[in-house]
Amino acid sequence: MINETQVMPIYMDYSATTPVDPRVAEKMIPFITESYGNPASRSHPYGWTAEKAVENARNEVAKLVNADPREIIWTSGATESNNLAIKGASNFYSSKGKHIISVATEHKAVIDAVREMERLGYETTFLQPEPDGLIDIKKFKNAIRPDTVLASVMMVNNEIGVIQDIDALGKACRAEKIIFHVDAAQATGKVEIDLEKLPVDLMSFSAHKTYGPKGVGALYVRRKPRIRIEAQMHGGGHERGMRSGTLATHQIVGMGEAFRIAREEMETENAHIKKLQLRLLSGLTEIEETYVNGDIEKRVPHNLNISFNYVEGESLIMAIKGIAVSSGSACTSASLEPSYVLRALGRSDELAHSSIRFSIGRFTKESDIDYAIELLKEKIGRLRELSPLWEMFQDGVDLEKVEWAEH
Amino acid sequence: MIYFDHNATTSIHPEVLDTMMPFLAAQQGNPSSNHSFGRNVQTAIEEAREKVANSVNAHPSQVIFTSSGTESNNTIIHGISRSYPESHFGFSSIEHPCVSEPIKSIESRGFKNTQIPVDINGLLNISALSNEEQKNITFLSIMIANNETGVIQDMPTIIKWAKSHNIQIHTDAVQAIGKINVDFEALGVDAMTISSHKIYGPQGAAALILNKKIDLYPHLMGGGQEKGLRSGTENIAAIVGFGKACERVQKNIVIINNEVKQGRLFLEKALKDLGAVIFADQTERLGNTTFFAFNNIDGSTLLTALDRKGFAIASGSACSSNSSDASHVLLAMGIDRELAQGALRVSLGVETKKNDIKSFIETLKIEVNRLKQLTAMAA
Repeated sequence: MINETQVMPIYMDYSATTPVDPRVAEKMIPFITESYGNPASRSHPYGWTAEKAVENARNEVAKLVNADPREIIWTSGATESNNLAIKGASNFYSSKGKHIISVATEHKAVIDAVREMERLGYETTFLQPEPDGLIDIKKFKNAIRPDTVLASVMMVNNEIGVIQDIDALGKACRAEKIIFHVDAAQATGKVEIDLEKLPVDLMSFSAHKTYGPKGVGALYVRRKPRIRIEAQMHGGGHERGMRSGTLATHQIVGMGEAFRIAREEMETENAHIKKLQLRLLSGLTEIEETYVNGDIEKRVPHNLNISFNYVEGESLIMAIKGIAVSSGSACTSASLEPSYVLRALGRSDELAHSSIRFSIGRFTKESDIDYAIELLKEKIGRLRELSPLWEMFQDGVDLEKVEWAEH
Repeated sequence: MIYFDHNATTSIHPEVLDTMMPFLAAQQGNPSSNHSFGRNVQTAIEEAREKVANSVNAHPSQVIFTSSGTESNNTIIHGISRSYPESHFGFSSIEHPCVSEPIKSIESRGFKNTQIPVDINGLLNISALSNEEQKNITFLSIMIANNETGVIQDMPTIIKWAKSHNIQIHTDAVQAIGKINVDFEALGVDAMTISSHKIYGPQGAAALILNKKIDLYPHLMGGGQEKGLRSGTENIAAIVGFGKACERVQKNIVIINNEVKQGRLFLEKALKDLGAVIFADQTERLGNTTFFAFNNIDGSTLLTALDRKGFAIASGSACSSNSSDASHVLLAMGIDRELAQGALRVSLGVETKKNDIKSFIETLKIEVNRLKQLTAMAA
């Protein structure tokens, strides 16, 4: 029997947000207790100390992705970075054209920013990914028009964890002189990012998906060749005029430390997480009628998204309270609609509805994985016992051919 | 080091820190997640929302959390420009750049604006506008208290005028909250900006208080947090800290208007004895703020000298301390550019002690006299 008496469930929702690494918290605390200056204050040491800390952190963020610190602009998070990149670049380069390419499986922050440009008179193409979640580079190239100004593609998908071929997509953009934006919120610390080699112009980062604090992110803005953006937050002229607003020093310090740890520990950590992923995968696929969503190879080790046929997603989530997982991304989990990402892969509503995203990370233990497997096996077994559809399937009825009576 | 730059940012009150700590360090969820990790932080955010609302007499449903005062001001101005495309923006010549800059940035999209001048006392001079100009304005953004001079505007009169012209009103109350009473409902404004790190809360959290009769278009788009008006994962620790800081607002107002104000008056008397000009001296100002200059002393030299002796003060607002330009607030008041260039700001805090001010005055006397002698020798 599974022990379900624990106070808090086991956390398997690292793609929604990661816990803050204790080392990160430790670094942050002095900046809220003692060195609380405004980094824009140039007339006293309180300001200088804060400014120095901000610049050290900028260095760490740049190092993780092999960029120049001067290419890193602080923001309040990946949502702001995505808004700034998409609105800022397409506005600045509007004389080149008013067509934007993105993908149907992007995060809402990208989709909604692109939709906003649509309302401001731009035309947009949202590519449908292949059933494995990846973009066909040929289809991407075909979508490019002479008036295409910007393309935005995420590096790692938040729901299914697949990794896009950013290098190939970027090269296609370079060839046509299109600004290429990449949302890398789910990628840092999970896949190697080398912006010296990658043909990417703008890249969004988040701290709280990489064991840093919430409320801080960054946007990479390439200097060579120089990319320009129109500011979306106007005011005191912070961040070289690209993003005004007082910087939250302790949060920036936290992001810097989180990215430093990611750089140093990524390799060993990912090997460990990969083992856990495989353990989870082999355990869960022992259950009949399970379907992994998204390519299994080109995928980060932190993510496993599985549809369990013949169980209803909401009842499944309710039944597995011992683990904290999500059915779709956190941002849209308030709605009961099936995930738009899974639907874009061509999954049926039923399979999309019965999907669970397991996202694991730095603090996940092997025993957590084993607990999750046991829990899923037990609960799915019980739910299916109650399911007439499951009974029909067991009896060999082809459900596709059943004609349901109207009520 | 004695910190006299509270209008730039304040320290965090120990009680606020204690409230924040569990959210900084321990396991925390994403408030949008449907499991208990997510729900726990969602509850914490809603509790903070209530505290923020209470501190300015607003309803919790009117509170939209943002990342900074700058973001709140940008959100209202850009948002209004999208939902009311016929808008004509009015603002004063002493507004913070995070109000004036977004307004200027949308000129390229065809939005007109009118700058309202201030008089020598730093007070809005609406009658300087022609009838035609007064009629054009549809949206007005006026700060309650100025960050540099501390001047408090006559809000009831301004709001009465705006209402008689059917103008939507936003007020930047960032410097006012915690120093004077700020009542969203009684003021009768449509929108208001407040920020955490000016009231002994952490940096990284602020709010836009919004009357629901304003149909606001969002500025940050995405996951649909804050009822779709501000997307982005909530900065839980900072929001919780902001809520706690708001609980202390009434206490702070009492301290600022008694002990702190006494200290400021004491300091201003000493400044005047040394020959300083106090800007907006005769106007009602925040209890903690004094903005001054000496006619024959270079401000930045004095600032550096005071810093060396362990006093952190400012030369105008932190945001523009990069530029050596004279304060736009003083120039708008008609102050001579040369005098304005040397202006220094002391902004006291609730933790400022009488002895801090005394030792500051002593140091000031020594440094001012030394610099006066140097100037005299050079002349």
